Amino acid sequence: MSILAASVLQAPSIAYSSLSPILIILGAACIGVLVEAFVPAAARFPSQVGLSIVSIVASFIAVFAVRSHNGLTMAGAISIDSPALVSMGAILVFGLLATMLFADRSLDSAGSVFVAEAAMPVGSRSDRALLTSERVQTEVFPLSLFSIGGMMVFVAANNLLVMFIALEVLSLPLYLMAGLSRRKRLLSQEAALKYFLLGAFASGFFVYGLALIYGFAGSIELRAISTASRTITDHDSLLILGMALLLVGLLFKAGVAPFHSWSPDVYQGSPSPVAGFMAAATKFAAFIAILRLMYVAFSGVPGVWTPVISWIAIISMVVGALIGLAQTDLKRLLAYSSIAHAGFILVGVTANSVAGTAATLFYTFTYGLSAIGAFALLSIVRREDGEATNMDDWKGMGKRSPMIAAAMTVMMLSMTGVPLTAGFIGKLQSFTAASASGHVWLIVVALVLSAITAVYYLRVIVFMYFYDAQSDPATIVLPGTPTTSVIAITTFATVLLGVIPGPLLHLVEVASRFVA
Amino acid sequence: MSNFPFLLLLLLLPLAGAILVTVIGRDPQSKDLAKKVAVGASLLELLLAILMWVSFKPTGPRLQFVTSFNWITAIGAKFSLGTDGIALVMLVLIALLVPIVMIASWNHNSLGDEINAPDSTDPQLAPSNDVARLFAWILVLEVCMVGVFAATDVFLFYIFFEIMLVPMYFIIGGYGASQRRAAAMKFFIYSLVGGLVMLASVIGLYVISKQDTGKPTFSWDALRQLDLSHTQQVWIFLGFFVAFAIKAPLVPFHTWLPKAGAEGPVGGSVLLLGILDKVGTFGFLRYCLPIAPWASQKLAPLVLVLAVIGIIYGAFQAIGADDIKRLVTYTSIAHFGFIVLGIFAFTTQAGTGAVLYMVNHGISTGMMFLVVGMVVARGGSRRVRDYGGIFLVAPLLAGFFVIAGMASLALPGTNSFVSEFLVLIGSYGTEPVFTIIATGGIVMSALYVLWLIQRTLHGPESPLVVARKKLFGDLSKRELWVLSPLVALILVFGVYPKPITDVIKPAVEATLHTDVGVKDPVPTVGAAAISDGGSK
Repeated sequence: MSILAASVLQAPSIAYSSLSPILIILGAACIGVLVEAFVPAAARFPSQVGLSIVSIVASFIAVFAVRSHNGLTMAGAISIDSPALVSMGAILVFGLLATMLFADRSLDSAGSVFVAEAAMPVGSRSDRALLTSERVQTEVFPLSLFSIGGMMVFVAANNLLVMFIALEVLSLPLYLMAGLSRRKRLLSQEAALKYFLLGAFASGFFVYGLALIYGFAGSIELRAISTASRTITDHDSLLILGMALLLVGLLFKAGVAPFHSWSPDVYQGSPSPVAGFMAAATKFAAFIAILRLMYVAFSGVPGVWTPVISWIAIISMVVGALIGLAQTDLKRLLAYSSIAHAGFILVGVTANSVAGTAATLFYTFTYGLSAIGAFALLSIVRREDGEATNMDDWKGMGKRSPMIAAAMTVMMLSMTGVPLTAGFIGKLQSFTAASASGHVWLIVVALVLSAITAVYYLRVIVFMYFYDAQSDPATIVLPGTPTTSVIAITTFATVLLGVIPGPLLHLVEVASRFVA
Repeated sequence: MSNFPFLLLLLLLPLAGAILVTVIGRDPQSKDLAKKVAVGASLLELLLAILMWVSFKPTGPRLQFVTSFNWITAIGAKFSLGTDGIALVMLVLIALLVPIVMIASWNHNSLGDEINAPDSTDPQLAPSNDVARLFAWILVLEVCMVGVFAATDVFLFYIFFEIMLVPMYFIIGGYGASQRRAAAMKFFIYSLVGGLVMLASVIGLYVISKQDTGKPTFSWDALRQLDLSHTQQVWIFLGFFVAFAIKAPLVPFHTWLPKAGAEGPVGGSVLLLGILDKVGTFGFLRYCLPIAPWASQKLAPLVLVLAVIGIIYGAFQAIGADDIKRLVTYTSIAHFGFIVLGIFAFTTQAGTGAVLYMVNHGISTGMMFLVVGMVVARGGSRRVRDYGGIFLVAPLLAGFFVIAGMASLALPGTNSFVSEFLVLIGSYGTEPVFTIIATGGIVMSALYVLWLIQRTLHGPESPLVVARKKLFGDLSKRELWVLSPLVALILVFGVYPKPITDVIKPAVEATLHTDVGVKDPVPTVGAAAISDGGSK
């Protein structure tokens, strides 16, 4: 029958120019692997850093160059539309900031916060030797490029299979990067293993959901699923189950409770720059994918998923707010904070409108900026065995290092959602969108919970300004130019986007229509 | 001069001052210079505020000195400033209290900020020597306070409302007594919760304005003309109400105040009680009544119950308080009950009285707190029982204490009498029951003030006073400069409140007649005669 006719493969038309941002990053990642293998050790570090930065900047320019592109390519598998392009730009910004943090050589005495041989069993003789060695490996750069590339495909994926592949491409390097911490190896390896195992589970869920949706709609294209969900009325269980399983996979990546259990451990064990990268870029990509899936494929049946997302948002906010209260480690605190923020972002997602897209884009971007900034600040305070992230180590920071304390205060206030910081505008947008779509009770809950999260953010400020330093204070390392610039940029941007959010709001408003 | 951008200047001047003070204050050698610059900036601000008052036309347009810039066009938020008579008097009060507070807090131990509460076992925290930074924070706070009262865009108002917490948080947390961290935290969280609930209402208004007019706006002028359904009004009223009731503070939303007032530095507490809390009562008048007039009237009994409970509860707590700073804080809760009673009685007389009360309370309670701070700084204790016979060692200080106390219990001849009387007379016509109960509060206020004076000032010198006789020297020149203007204002406004009431009355009338749409009841002959004597 038609099977024969279809088996004559037609090469799909590929608009290479519109894919150029992705191709540049993935190409550079491959070159990075070769650099790691063939370039002499002494030249590796500068060439990797240079390659990463040049490729990210080039890709950013490419995004700018194809900004007017608004359509499908690769036989409809990838959608280079305005939300995708804006998201790619945001991911590249996060990637650039993270790469700058990766490249800082002054934080650890050995010249890099990444371990030379990540696979060495902790406590073995060679592992102990590593403790004092000055050897530096640079595989984190190509790994992060692969991950960035995966995220860029992820936010543009227009069919479920591409989405799944992108999910894996972005995740696998992250699993490795979580295990790369130079100090506190055991925690880091634990983080990597946990992230990998749970991540693999989540991917499994996603594939299962993909299969069910294929069974329901007969297609993995988002548009076809959308049509099917509107017209087919007698296979609801397939649709609901499939959608739920897909969501589990994506919500896991976004670190949304109840699929969050990995994130405190992983944030704590990973090197701070990597944790910042995950909190910003991964979360961003995951939320855009959720948006695309929900707003494109399931937009016609909001009754099926908005209640679910609302409840998950509430669970996430409650978990993030309440468990966060009990944290004494700043990295775990930031992890719970990111869980709470995921809930706030989901509140905007429930809007199921262009305003929801715009709000989510704005919120995730500004949250990412302050998250990267906060993790960069954490990496500065150190002891012999790596970062000192206990809250007590930050006591008296206001006197010891006023600039660092001030920057941290800005981040905390922004995460609290105090006006004149970007965090406030993000919350405002997200809640306004939800309220315009009639979810008024949800925003009341969200507002109350965001007041609870304020307690722990403020506690950090209390520790910094209203307590005297400990008797054996942790060292405040003088950070190198890259870290200093990242902190300066993120702090400045957080305030600027709070005071003059107009241009960015305009951008995300223009870029809030998906093409499928 | 009604187009002169006074309000913008009032915002920018302290901001520039704060930056300058921070920069100068970085050098430990020039702390004194920084402090002088701060006081200079605040005096300039006062001058500017007085000029603004003089050029304000009470019979002119409702909002004057209007300045407006486009700000976030994507959401229709504008940077709009303007003032009516109610905001005007508050702005002048801000400009008046800030320099006084600064001069009063000149040295780190001027007002006994570091003295712990009675029965506290905490070790005494070292007082912060960095007064220059405190002054910088006060200037930042002044910017925010001016902004809150001058904003005519609800979004801008919300921004200032929330951002105001940050400087106050650092003032309480950095310069108070041993429990200051917890107090600062409590203050911030309470206010933030209130603010966020209000945000829900602000978002609601915004969404409604978008649906009704197609053009989303935050402009106060546009929002008060929205035609809201009754259900919408109730929800929006409640959102604003919770925020303002926490600020004001009404019982049962008051629990943060005693701690913040007693553990924070005295200078901060003067501004907290004198200005920040008035944002709540101001908010009732500016936002609740005009935007949700139906709901305001329907829910008024509920608010009045809380107000009257506050009057009685505050008085009882003050009578029982052992901590002298806490005592003054509780008296304020009682006073706020009167203000709210005046606002929700819906008569011009009571409303005018309430706004006048807001000003007078700032002056008299401000003075009370400062005098108490001076006593605590000398005696090194906050326990009322530790004192006695201060008249014998420091007659001038004790004299000022008595004047502040008399103003606090609204003795005829002091400023508070006029406002309290106006509130009660004006409320009696519409809310006789609540007014009668509130009058009972006056008796109790006499009790706590007179008892306080008797215990601390009269009688033989207490052991503490004897032991610290040297420290108990009478008022210094600086302290005289702090207190004399306040005494002058208390006495002048006690006999001649007309300058203030002339400005307030048209604004209150506009709110009640135009926005809410109530008519003043025809007063009984006697009441009219008395009120004419009081307010004209």
